[in-house]
Amino acid sequence: MERLKVATVWLGGCSGCHMSFLDLDEFLIELAGKIDLVYSPIMDVKEYPKNVDVCLIEGAICNEDNLEILHQVRARTKVLVSFGDCAVTGNVPAIRNQLGLRNDENVLQRAYIDSAQDNPRVPKADGIVPALLKRVLPVHEAVFVEYYLPGCPPPAERIKVLMVQVLGGATPKLEGTQLKFG
Amino acid sequence: MSKRIIIDPVTRIEGHAKISIFLDDAGNVSDAVFHVVEFRGFEKFCEGRPYDEMPGITPRICGICPVSHLLASAKAGDAIMAVNIPPAADKLRRLMNLGQMVQSHALSFFHLSAPDFLMGWDTPPAQRNVFGLIASNADLARAGIRLRQFGQEIIEILGGKKIHPAWAVPGGVRNPLTKEARRWIKAWLPEVYTTVSAGLELFKKTLETHQREIKIFGDFPSLFMGLVAPDGTWEHHGGKLRFTDGSGNIVADQLDPQKYYEFIGESVQNSSYLKSPYYLPLGLPNGMYRVGPLARLNICNHMGVPKADAELEHFRSFGRGAVTSSFLYHYARLIEILASLEYIERYLDDADLFSANVRAEAGINSLRGVGVSEAPRGTLFHDYTVDANGLLQKVNLIVATGQNNLAMNRTVAQIAKHYVHGKDIPEPMLNRIEHGIRCYDPCLSCSTHAVGQMPLHVQLIAPDGTVLNELARG
Repeated sequence: MERLKVATVWLGGCSGCHMSFLDLDEFLIELAGKIDLVYSPIMDVKEYPKNVDVCLIEGAICNEDNLEILHQVRARTKVLVSFGDCAVTGNVPAIRNQLGLRNDENVLQRAYIDSAQDNPRVPKADGIVPALLKRVLPVHEAVFVEYYLPGCPPPAERIKVLMVQVLGGATPKLEGTQLKFG
Repeated sequence: MSKRIIIDPVTRIEGHAKISIFLDDAGNVSDAVFHVVEFRGFEKFCEGRPYDEMPGITPRICGICPVSHLLASAKAGDAIMAVNIPPAADKLRRLMNLGQMVQSHALSFFHLSAPDFLMGWDTPPAQRNVFGLIASNADLARAGIRLRQFGQEIIEILGGKKIHPAWAVPGGVRNPLTKEARRWIKAWLPEVYTTVSAGLELFKKTLETHQREIKIFGDFPSLFMGLVAPDGTWEHHGGKLRFTDGSGNIVADQLDPQKYYEFIGESVQNSSYLKSPYYLPLGLPNGMYRVGPLARLNICNHMGVPKADAELEHFRSFGRGAVTSSFLYHYARLIEILASLEYIERYLDDADLFSANVRAEAGINSLRGVGVSEAPRGTLFHDYTVDANGLLQKVNLIVATGQNNLAMNRTVAQIAKHYVHGKDIPEPMLNRIEHGIRCYDPCLSCSTHAVGQMPLHVQLIAPDGTVLNELARG
């Protein structure tokens, strides 16, 4: 049987979900024998490959780059999993949505103008620094998502449950204490 | 005609950090800029919230070093309450910080950097990662994974979660250590000492064949900054700030972190979301300073624990007064793991860790509070201003990686100068530049996302926009 092609992607989040993935510890060694990790921030592959079986996507959609990447990931992936609370709900990055319609300008003003002693200005360089979106989105507001893996971050045990189900060909389903935010 | 090379590590796909290299008319490297392209706006959107929520929110800045934000945030809260926290709480916070130092440094060395040393710089990128290491050297990979796990387990034992524990609070911590947990940590110590010794041996062997890397991976004089104890001993959580220069002379000592704004300024680059802090009295560019393991080992008088002190002596033989090569961040990181293990061992015999008095109670007694702690990557500042009800009016955060921003730019320029002459982009440069950045172990989730090996796409672009040359590696 061909090995499952797995990818992990990291958008507007803190990387905690990826760190929790690494908290699989020695199960990683077992996993290395069962899947092909084809794309991930912890490895060095230049372009998101085609025909990925399962992709865990961490983070909310905060800027134009995030959105562009997400659409490419969706087009090249069979099963997309919203990985962690930021992907599932927007979570902490989406707190800025509460600042109203001009929240993107306000957060930039505070960081780069109000609290700078030298060259206070909002960074702007076309093609280099992506513009912030007016509203931070959870992943499923931008593209279709097959499954949700909640938690901030999802504990390694919960990631393991999902991976074991996926590897066994079962439809992923979380129950009881595994179905929990925060 | 000046030209610009853009290295887009993530080719608009993963897109969070990029590098520009500027060439002069003769085609030689004149400058380089490391662009961080992620920004989430914590400083603004926390305004209006109660200050005691901050230890719950700010760890979400970074999943690699959440404990640093947790502790800095709790300490800023201590300052707002104007309390001295119980000694037990301080020791428990330190224990958790040491656990984090171990897990974060282990991740940097074994999961992310060791594949370069062990598998070779020019190994195909698809294999040069922790999964490749598992395939090629399972024993070492397992030992490294378990070393990181040891640190993570200490965090979980105390805080109930490995990542984003809600445990430290303004005034102290939520709960002490249990005796059973102490036995468990003690039992694991011999194994992790063995692992760090193996890592040290491996890296010292690597240094013998990496003279060129020592010279070109960010070897230049700069200031160094970090916390030290009153007697100059290595610190990771308490103490005050010290600046030293590129020859090891003390420039300023025992500075009060509460008044960091009197000696640290922040500069904005047009093309990066990462601000560049600098030493205010010297201004820019002379005020460039480095933080993190290399800096902490340069500024301290000694580590204060015997095994790490013996290593520190050897480490210092790589410099005159100060070790100035950023390639030696790796070595410094391993020595800090060793020191952390020795301090953990020492703390375990302290009866205070089991004390029930772990939290001071108080209202709002000061309208501004600064919390400072040494994150694995360097000094972290949380500065909160509140109103009489404790609602945040202003938040300023200075993260560790930002403070190395200027030095990272300089490191990239130094490596590029060695390899780039004219319009050719030599392939070996790509790996080396990645590694030049990786020496700093930039916690880019504090601002961006490129953990580990960055895929690279280099374009050499003429001023009119024509692509003169292009090279991709992936």
